[in-house]
Amino acid sequence: MTTSYDAVILGAGIVGAACALECARAGMRVAIVERDTIGSGATAAGMGHVVAMDDSPAQLALTGYSRSLWTRLSPELPASVEYHACGTIWVARDEEEMDEVHRKLAYYTAEGIEAEVLDSNALAEAEPNLARPLAGGLLVPHDAVLYPPCAAGYLVEQAQRHGATLLLGHTVISAAHGQVTLKDGTALQAKIIVNATGSLAPALTPGLQVKPRKGHLIITDRYPGYLHHQLVELGYLKSAHSSTGDSVAFNVQPRKTGQLLIGSSRQFDSDSEDTSVDHKIVAAMIERAALYMPGLPSLSALRIWSGFRAATPDKLPLIGPTEDPTVFLATGHEGLGITTSLGTARLLADHLLSRPTTIPLAPYLPSRLPSSYLSDEAIHV
Amino acid sequence: MTTQSHLAHRFQTLIVGSGPAGIAAATCAAEAGHRVGIIDDNPNPGGQIWRSLRGQSTPDTSHGDGASEWYRRLTATSATRLQGWSVFDQPEAGIVRAERQGGTVHLHYDNLIIATGARERFLPFPGWTLPNVMGVGAIQAMVKGGLPVAGKRIVLAGSGPLLLAVAATLRAAEAIVVCICEQASLRQLAPFALGLAADPAKIMQGLRYKAATLDVPFHTSAWPVEADGDGILRSVTILHHGEKQQISCDYLACGFHLVPNTELAAMLGCRIEADNVAVDELQRTSISNIFCAGEPTGIGGLELSLIEGQIAGLAGAGQDKEARLLLDKKRRASHFADRLAAAFALRSELKELPQETTLVCRCEDVPYGSLKQHHSWRAAKLHTRCGMGPCQGRICGTATHFLLGWNADSVRPPLLPVRIASLASLEAPLNSATSNTQETP
Amino acid sequence: MSEQMRPEQIQITIDQQSITVAAGSTVAVAIALAGLNCRTSVTGEPRGPLCAMGICFECRATVNGIAHSRTCQLLCEPAMDIRTQ
Repeated sequence: MTTSYDAVILGAGIVGAACALECARAGMRVAIVERDTIGSGATAAGMGHVVAMDDSPAQLALTGYSRSLWTRLSPELPASVEYHACGTIWVARDEEEMDEVHRKLAYYTAEGIEAEVLDSNALAEAEPNLARPLAGGLLVPHDAVLYPPCAAGYLVEQAQRHGATLLLGHTVISAAHGQVTLKDGTALQAKIIVNATGSLAPALTPGLQVKPRKGHLIITDRYPGYLHHQLVELGYLKSAHSSTGDSVAFNVQPRKTGQLLIGSSRQFDSDSEDTSVDHKIVAAMIERAALYMPGLPSLSALRIWSGFRAATPDKLPLIGPTEDPTVFLATGHEGLGITTSLGTARLLADHLLSRPTTIPLAPYLPSRLPSSYLSDEAIHV
Repeated sequence: MTTQSHLAHRFQTLIVGSGPAGIAAATCAAEAGHRVGIIDDNPNPGGQIWRSLRGQSTPDTSHGDGASEWYRRLTATSATRLQGWSVFDQPEAGIVRAERQGGTVHLHYDNLIIATGARERFLPFPGWTLPNVMGVGAIQAMVKGGLPVAGKRIVLAGSGPLLLAVAATLRAAEAIVVCICEQASLRQLAPFALGLAADPAKIMQGLRYKAATLDVPFHTSAWPVEADGDGILRSVTILHHGEKQQISCDYLACGFHLVPNTELAAMLGCRIEADNVAVDELQRTSISNIFCAGEPTGIGGLELSLIEGQIAGLAGAGQDKEARLLLDKKRRASHFADRLAAAFALRSELKELPQETTLVCRCEDVPYGSLKQHHSWRAAKLHTRCGMGPCQGRICGTATHFLLGWNADSVRPPLLPVRIASLASLEAPLNSATSNTQETP
Repeated sequence: MSEQMRPEQIQITIDQQSITVAAGSTVAVAIALAGLNCRTSVTGEPRGPLCAMGICFECRATVNGIAHSRTCQLLCEPAMDIRTQ
């Protein structure tokens, strides 16, 4: 086995896969090291949305940029990726939330992201299975959903076509100072190391402000035509998900298979290896979803699963250099890793190759955060 | 019907599964004075081997194998019988949730006895997804469920003692059993046959089957390699001593012996060893108030299931001494189980049955060719959708375990697809949702 | 079809076609007797029961409006509305 590379990417999740492709495409000799299989961590656990999200200007810049990269890539994605440009509807329950719809519209439009307001009737027509009456919503037509493990698989495959080496089933025990050491004792020399191991990143790069944030999802059997757009409650960012405690929010997606993927939940302070199902959280998710879609409880659920997002205090990812000049980060994407993977990889590659970036990298630089978690209060937004 | 109070949800001993092991366990626990509940997802009690005949709500007692006596004993107790309910979850220790169309119940238990039986092992071969290709136990269940097979040409294939038993059922229903194809060799089967002769009860059983199937060709070292048809089964090609033979038929019933249903035990955290639920001599699992009896502890047949059920029921009710009196019988019956496993071990040629395009996952239609590229069940599942359908990998996971040596994922709730409402604990009152409980025989 | 049915016969509807089956028959059997397949697979193959004991989910059909019901585990009831899927 060759043991010397320009870049060793740790983690074959969607972010690592995208980074590997960007580096390999730029002519670097790349290795990807993955402890399990491609897309098996947060990538497999997440919903797989490609969405513009506006919790902060930097978040909207990165999601908007990344989304445009997905749109450009979409024609070449194989069917197994199940890319489906279904659009998102942010659902408003009352007039107060409709005010938020208009605010959001103005904001998105100013950032060049297409969106349109749906009134109560238009919403009911767009999604007949929603509760009635609801006040309306904001349709973001170019948002999409996809099947993340196969998307990561496709990116890895493309990276391999550009010469990248994939090392599956290898646990990394250390990665610093230009050397990646595997559990079997193999040492890989690397000019640069990219830590893209999601919520596990602090184990290899100590001091990172990344914490696991547990989430649950429910998938149904196939009900073709039941749902047409991804639906998200407007309070998704504002109320439900900005606290430090456990929370749920209504988020449902139509999959290309006709299945419905139902989210979402967020739990902090979870043991990052405990993937057991939390019944209370699942019940809360369902009760929340039923407020919006009263017919949902009568559908058949196939599976529930959980996983861990890599959460940072300011909800922005960590992209770029660390104090160790050989170690770079691409982690901390929380619930937006699928969307922002392509943008993250492009920004990182631009930085590594001293190319101009399309959007400023500064808001995502790891150096913006002090290098340890002080306390849970630091998470507060 | 007695008034259903909250107490009705609380059992000292709760048994999941009302086949022979479950019925024996429930009977012994109830006779020992425990407040007992027995829950099962079939419309009627009896499990697979004692599955009721169409139009009856009681176990099939026509074989003189103890069904009648056991069911009479069970119904003489005050055990609460819940049929048609699927246990899908344990929201917290000591409580399981079950669903039936229209409702959910929470059942509290002090002791749980898992008696979830076995299912058939299906192996993929070209054409196995055609309608009218089904399991051996399956065609028996369909006939008991009212399917008329008089005059129908049926090929029985696969492996295991079920082939002979079902041939008898089908002959009684006036079907034309064209032939029985057992994959095991005669040499492999011989010790089993000799073993049968050592036990008078089994000789009778064997003779009865033999008599009924006297004029049915019984091929050893024979198995199906392809089923053919135009939207429905027309013929099957059998490989017999290296020769292919195409046989026209209406049904192909094919199952390769049995695999234990260990999912509930696994979900509850009971230790699984070599594909079986690990138990001590009194049927206690690695969790002290959870017992397991019958096929989930290892495929052992009716007699062993009944003994294990009795031991579990007695031990769960604190009657260890009485339970221990059955240990000698259990040891003898387990020898039969050992011989069973040796006699019907699958030959490795069966791993060559699926071709590149043969579907392995029938829920998601995933062909063997795309599965083989992956190195584990999880990788294949994530990248091909294999096992992501409603059977949750029970069919394809069992097949890939044999074909590729893969081990399926850990088991998480729900144990099987359920209504989303059931996951949110929208609890239905027991009395409104259990219309056929406490039926009188 | 006779209006006056023997009590052991019950009338059900499968794909909007009225059929009579013996009481106690499973829905899976009724579908087979109607000459129909339970479902069409995700790639368009016709499918019928495989295990007939609630494990394989090949016998799924819509029963009284509930999609993906396991027909092998359900007994026919008078006026049951069954749709193959």
